[in-house]
Amino acid sequence: MSDFVSSFWGLAILVVSVVSVIACAVLLKSQSVVRKAEGLVETTGHLWDEDLSEYNNPLPRWWASMFYITIVFGLAYLVLYPGTGLFGGVFGWTQTGEYERERAAAEAVYGPLYDRYLKQDLPTVAADAQARGMGLRIFLNNCAQCHGSDAGGAKGFPNLRDADWLYGGEPEQIKTSITDGRDGVMPPLGPALGEEGVKNVVQFVRSLSGQKHDAKAAAAGKEIFATFCAACHGPDGAGMQALGAPKLTDQIWLFGGSEQAIAETIMKGRGGNALVPGQTRMPAHKGLLSEGKIHLVAAYVWGLSQDPTGGVPKAQ
Amino acid sequence: MKAAATFNYRVVRQFTIMTIVWGIVGMGVGVLIAAQLLWPELNFDTPWFSYGRLRPLHTNAVIFAFGGSALFATSYYCVQRTCQVRLFADRLAAFTFWGWQLVIVLAAVTLPMGYTTGKEYAELEWPIDILITLVWVAYAVVFFGTIAKRKTPHIYVANWFFGGFILAVALLHIVNSCEIPVELFKSYSCYPGVQDAMVQWWYGHNAVGFFLTAGFLGMMYYFVPKQAGRPVYSYRLSVVHFWALIFTYMWAGPHHLHYTALPDWTQSLGMVFSLILLAPSWGGMINGVMTLSGAWEKLRDDPILKFLITSLSFYGMSTFEGPMMAIKTVNALSHYTDWTVGHVHSGALGWVAMISIGSMYYLVPRMFGKTEMYSTGLINLHFWVATIGVVLYIAAMWIAGVMQGLMWRALNEDGTLTYTFVESVKATYPFYAIRLTGGAMFFCGMLIMAYNTIKTVAGQRAYDAPIPTAVAAH
Repeated sequence: MSDFVSSFWGLAILVVSVVSVIACAVLLKSQSVVRKAEGLVETTGHLWDEDLSEYNNPLPRWWASMFYITIVFGLAYLVLYPGTGLFGGVFGWTQTGEYERERAAAEAVYGPLYDRYLKQDLPTVAADAQARGMGLRIFLNNCAQCHGSDAGGAKGFPNLRDADWLYGGEPEQIKTSITDGRDGVMPPLGPALGEEGVKNVVQFVRSLSGQKHDAKAAAAGKEIFATFCAACHGPDGAGMQALGAPKLTDQIWLFGGSEQAIAETIMKGRGGNALVPGQTRMPAHKGLLSEGKIHLVAAYVWGLSQDPTGGVPKAQ
Repeated sequence: MKAAATFNYRVVRQFTIMTIVWGIVGMGVGVLIAAQLLWPELNFDTPWFSYGRLRPLHTNAVIFAFGGSALFATSYYCVQRTCQVRLFADRLAAFTFWGWQLVIVLAAVTLPMGYTTGKEYAELEWPIDILITLVWVAYAVVFFGTIAKRKTPHIYVANWFFGGFILAVALLHIVNSCEIPVELFKSYSCYPGVQDAMVQWWYGHNAVGFFLTAGFLGMMYYFVPKQAGRPVYSYRLSVVHFWALIFTYMWAGPHHLHYTALPDWTQSLGMVFSLILLAPSWGGMINGVMTLSGAWEKLRDDPILKFLITSLSFYGMSTFEGPMMAIKTVNALSHYTDWTVGHVHSGALGWVAMISIGSMYYLVPRMFGKTEMYSTGLINLHFWVATIGVVLYIAAMWIAGVMQGLMWRALNEDGTLTYTFVESVKATYPFYAIRLTGGAMFFCGMLIMAYNTIKTVAGQRAYDAPIPTAVAAH
């Protein structure tokens, strides 16, 4: 076995474990001999703490039998299954083998179903009631943790039921988002802009979506925006799907649209490190989910945005 | 000269009282986190009250503070009386008391602050680990020192178990706590990856085996025959099950890591030895319960005996359930569910707590020169409240656990999972409510015990029994 660098340890474990089991049997046997005639049982004759003494009753037979049975079972199991570092067992069982067998059995049963859908394009799959049901369950077990059971999203996790898409809402774009993940990054601009600069840009960004803002500060922020932000978000804040840069002119805010939230986004950036609170990214699901499952869930998600009221999963 | 003629009851008395205090604290925290599972708001949005930090505080408080104090108290009492000598090294014994209390206080401070090694039942950081080691070595010196200077020719069976427990726990603690400190309250384990997991569960299961089983069997072997006024049922049975436990327990740990990255053969060995453990475990139960044979009527009016004998029934039940859960096929269903939590509590509440409570009811009056508690009726009330509490608790967790296991593996005809995880959480809610009720009842029992103890002790002087001079004939 490859768990050890030499066969010594395997041998040591074999010897110690088998000796331990056999020692139990020997011990049991040695104490099963009834030396006295049946009848009156006496104490061992020892006395402690004024009145503590011990009878020397024989071992209950049913108990000893149970002990022997477990010992025989144990030794047999070690012969049949991998049980020592050296010997893989008569049955040749491995847990990886068991996993592969179960996978193959599932593949044989469910494979054709997924293959059928894989041959269809996403809108066709989305129109199929059974496929929507499967997509829903895949969604609930793999996507709902971030996007919510109702796909309504949360801070940092996009709402999937509206028509607003960071990386595009075409069926194949959604499938790409799921398969390869998305890791667009808003860089932290706090050091570059300075406190005053951040304040002004915040006011300008709020003006883009028609929110309450300080006109003078917004005017000052406009120039900074053109230099630092427009490259990704566009000169008029329309966003850019190729980079996942959000549109800033609508009322949809992934990390919040308050002055404080926008300031935090500009200063600290977003999406750089998924382990930091407030930083999120969409992980790649190839390798986690089979191609067929990705196909079904992509169709389901696309279907949600086509019909935001229908087919919405029931909130948990 | 005068002091030498009495037993050292002082340290026993201190540990006895603290057993009750820590029992209330530890179980109180348990009730709080059980309530948090129903009402998550009870963490008050603070990190210190969050479930993740209080849960290790609960386990440490009930196992090491409550259970540990009970073991110190009973082992010190038993070893002196059955060896017929005063405890070896009074000052070292006092150090074990104050040292152990310091360990507990440090745990109660550092765990809510978030300092943890992340190893279950070994969460305490390295400076506390060192203190535990010092206390434990002192404990071993006091205990074995007393054995060495004994007046009685033979070592009583309870002391074999206490001794085995002390030695094994020293070994477990030192090996599993091997870690590299990086700062005052942060360290990294010496072992990498799956080997770390294996060492941790070798420790974890043997903490159950030697701390929570062997130690408490020692307690059982002293207090059951004492309270029943009957000889131990079978000397040879105690020989067989003692040595069989020692041979087999050390191997059972891998059953905590079935179907993981642990090599197949290690998992198999863990399962086989867990199954072989069934008979040795039951040996202790048989010896305890059968000690009462011929005197069953005593169970009717003696609530202390009820505690002791009921604890043995729970012990038998848990040690049957454990080997069953170690079978890979069963484990595939039970692992990661609340069934495990139910199993642990049938052992922890049913066995460990009840035998400790029974033993404390025996000890408390004797520590203050009396033979009986203030109220036998209150002991009886405590018994019924606690028993019904345990039954509610474990039945709720069994049902919840099996339900969760079945929900997680249920498949639709198209191969997708029938339930989401959160649906299984939602379905568990009613059982969390029943569990909270059961746990709260058990906790209330401890409050009744505290009241009874205060009434027993109030106005009484501390009492140190004289050592009988005549060595018993044999």
